[in-house]
Amino acid sequence: MKLLRVFAVCGLLAASGLAYAIVDVELRDVGDEPRFNELSNVLRCMVCQNQSIADSNAELARDFRNQVKEKINAGQTNDEIVDFMVDRYGDYILYKPPFNMATALLWLGPFLLVIIGFIIIFRIFKRQGRGPDEDTTDSEQQARLKAMLDDEGDQS
Amino acid sequence: MIPEIGHFALVLALFIALIQTVMPIVGAYRGMPELMAMGKLAASAQLLFVSIAFAMLTWAFIENDFTVAYVAQNSNSALPIQYRISAVWGAHEGSLLLWAFLLSLWTFAVTIFSKSLPEHFLARVMGVLGFVSVGFLLFILMTSNPFDRLFPAALDGRDLNPLLQDPGLIIHPPMLYMGYVGFSVAFAFAIAALLGGHLDATWARWSRPWTTVSWVFLTVGIALGSWWAYYELGWGGWWFWDPVENASFMPWLAGTALIHSLAVTEKRGAFKSWTVLLAIMAFSLSLLGSFLVRSGVLVSVHAFATDPARGVFILVFLCVVIGSSLALYAWRAPNVKGGGSFELFSRETLLLANNVLLMVALATVLMGTLAPLVLDALGLGKISVGPPYFDTVFVPIMLPLVILIGIGPMVNWRKGDASALMRKLRWIIIVSVILGLAIPLMAMGRTTLMVTAAVSLGAWAILSTAQYLRDRMVRNTGKRGLSAGVYGMAIAHMGMGVFVIGVTLSSAFSVERDLHMRAGDSVEMNGYVFTLDSVTPVNGPNYRADRGQVTVTLDGEKVAQLSPEKRTYFVQTMPMTEASIDASLFRDLYVALAEQREEGGWAMRVYHKPFQRWIWLGPLLMALGGLLAAVDRRYRTSAKRIVQARQKLSSQLADEGAKA
Amino acid sequence: MKARYLLPIVIFFAMVAVFALVLYQIGQGRNIKDVPSPLIGKAVPQFELPLLLQPDQTFSSEQLKGHVSLVNVWASWCVSCRYEHPLLVEMSQNTDISIIGINYKDERPDALKWLRDMGDPYEASIYDYDGRAAIDWGVYGTPESFIVDQQGIIRYKHTGPISVEKLEAEIMPLIRELRQQGGES
Repeated sequence: MKLLRVFAVCGLLAASGLAYAIVDVELRDVGDEPRFNELSNVLRCMVCQNQSIADSNAELARDFRNQVKEKINAGQTNDEIVDFMVDRYGDYILYKPPFNMATALLWLGPFLLVIIGFIIIFRIFKRQGRGPDEDTTDSEQQARLKAMLDDEGDQS
Repeated sequence: MIPEIGHFALVLALFIALIQTVMPIVGAYRGMPELMAMGKLAASAQLLFVSIAFAMLTWAFIENDFTVAYVAQNSNSALPIQYRISAVWGAHEGSLLLWAFLLSLWTFAVTIFSKSLPEHFLARVMGVLGFVSVGFLLFILMTSNPFDRLFPAALDGRDLNPLLQDPGLIIHPPMLYMGYVGFSVAFAFAIAALLGGHLDATWARWSRPWTTVSWVFLTVGIALGSWWAYYELGWGGWWFWDPVENASFMPWLAGTALIHSLAVTEKRGAFKSWTVLLAIMAFSLSLLGSFLVRSGVLVSVHAFATDPARGVFILVFLCVVIGSSLALYAWRAPNVKGGGSFELFSRETLLLANNVLLMVALATVLMGTLAPLVLDALGLGKISVGPPYFDTVFVPIMLPLVILIGIGPMVNWRKGDASALMRKLRWIIIVSVILGLAIPLMAMGRTTLMVTAAVSLGAWAILSTAQYLRDRMVRNTGKRGLSAGVYGMAIAHMGMGVFVIGVTLSSAFSVERDLHMRAGDSVEMNGYVFTLDSVTPVNGPNYRADRGQVTVTLDGEKVAQLSPEKRTYFVQTMPMTEASIDASLFRDLYVALAEQREEGGWAMRVYHKPFQRWIWLGPLLMALGGLLAAVDRRYRTSAKRIVQARQKLSSQLADEGAKA
Repeated sequence: MKARYLLPIVIFFAMVAVFALVLYQIGQGRNIKDVPSPLIGKAVPQFELPLLLQPDQTFSSEQLKGHVSLVNVWASWCVSCRYEHPLLVEMSQNTDISIIGINYKDERPDALKWLRDMGDPYEASIYDYDGRAAIDWGVYGTPESFIVDQQGIIRYKHTGPISVEKLEAEIMPLIRELRQQGGES
């Protein structure tokens, strides 16, 4: 029961009473909160790997949050803070994938697909009309048929 | 004894499903009515036996039969009765049984509502559905039997995961599965049509109500999941682009494209091979979703059992079902031709653009979900693809869709009149932009370019659809009012606009504070003042908790009393956060207890989220619209009457021709 | 004309191939939650921390140079650490490999008691109370083990308890190889 184990580990760590004497860092400037929230949502909790450090109850997430707050207080930029974490934990810790040779297709893909999509639309439009025209809706006949069915419906 | 009955019933159901697969297909191929009729019989029998199995498992849960391993793993004697029942589908084995049960239910429904279907076609549909059933029943019996016994029996169960002990989780999986399984019907219709070699507008008309109803269930299921995550888990979040969420969203995107494509095929006989491919894709994505969730290849909070052996089974099943259907498509679809011609500016083209955009969105979600898997497997590094990627890439694709919602219904089939359209819509564009400015300014006192643009688009969708309805009502000279389908489409499209407005305003203007509060402390956000009155211990049926009392005032007047809790369940002792939310149409007030501090007081999260409810109101409207469209009279018109009316019309035309 | 109808099935089987590969890898023992360390091939992060047993003395990262060491991150509250600890004790008794411990986010009395009860395989036990140094090592769960070479470069990381198989198949061979390269006996 993997779901169980994941939460058991996270819970164990959270409940293990490690909140003892480690005091949480406070942001010096309340105006930095949006920045802190943004960064916490973008960094993955490495213990509960399905959650960001903003959402996770794990002790490690708390440590990470404290690190982020400290660095914000020290005046570091978002990029510097992110680089600090990525240097130690790899690209995996960041929810935003890097842009490199391996991920180029990922980032450019959607854009390319839209272009391909419009080419397809154009080609379908061009191609149509070559087959037998199975025009199932001669509108006048259709209207008469509909009227007939409506009338009959009233009587039934 | 009871579990053994359930087990035996499943074995019987498997054999019946085999009969349901083979006999009707052979019968249709050979033209043997007796064999074809066996399909319907087998479907009824299968429903009976799978229902028995499901009932036996439910009984085992209700009666706390901890000699059954699955019950021992997921239940507990202190578990309240409603969760003992919902625990049936709370984990892998039981949820598969739910899937099998719903599949037999839908199959049976097809046998009932199939008076207008030709014998051969229905037989093939039964065969395909039977084959899917065989796959699931085999999977259950071979790798995931919920009736396995536990020796020695447990004294008490391990309890249902506290996260799942919640009303949202009672209906979310059944709704989702109704959607996934429902797409198997559209799939079966598509395969039956390919096998039979007849793909026409009539086929599209038969498929539409089934597809629409499935889509409605899936929409509700996804919306429920999002809403549940918001109040149960999320620290105010409602969509995480988690791989399993994506696994449910992809079939939805395909299903939406399918509904629109079916409309074109029914009305104009065009896009037939597209429609067939979409029907195959929608169901394939549902199956793919099961694979991703149950095989252990993905890391996700939703992931079920992580057993590679099960993964292999599902993968093989996927290969057989999807592989053969796509092979059939590659073989037969090139021969599918026809359909009315259309101009570059026409409803056909616009619907085609709509579908292309939906497909691009789907491909994007698929790529983003699978990219980490692929790169890691090939040793190219371990990356994460999360909200920063999806939000950046997905939104620009969806916004043009919202524009199309307004234009599409107003453009004629075959050849649209662009200038007339502009005349009609000119004012709506202006009013939409005005609303795009006015709504954020009135609600929050400020706006940005992005917010205004997005809100304008949402308003545009609503207003242009309203204009369309008005035009139709004016033009409707018949004895009856507008058909349900027209209202359905309108409501669904407006729902999309509501959703866009909700997401925009909530994302842009939500305020979240993460802070340390003691009794008596207050914090102010957007004019609302949250005061922590107290935190006291309380006891629940199977947990103990600390409950906070928070009073919220606006301009001095009390507007809400919130009671967030931090619970510790007796059996699974991990701490659980129960947020407290005061919801109204235009804003949510949300408070959660994070953790207790030794220096006194609590770390808390406090939120003000404007227009949050619109995020789920939108999908609700979409579902309602879909439901209306599905029950449109023309789907309930019996085949006999249509045939008679056609004959009458033919003779009338012949008379007119003779006179001319 | 026919080619575009084959596209869906081609794409599908490409996906299946990837899934099959992943399932195979999992079957071979790969843990998909394992995160490769970006510190491999990089110098050990600089630190100077107190020792667990002699709190008035410190241990600096410089001291890791000059010989190959196995750096093991552990804690008394860590359940999995118990599985690998006997192996480490045995290693310390039967080989001359330098095993350095980093006690992670632990209370000193608990850690000392644990070592007394379970045996102390560590040449030196570093005390990282707030876990900050461990973050520099990219630690995210205990136990974790690193192999550091004579130049103080991290050459290998293992997350989770060390099994006998891992020890024999990967860890011991690598340590031997590094020692040979460095000219140690």
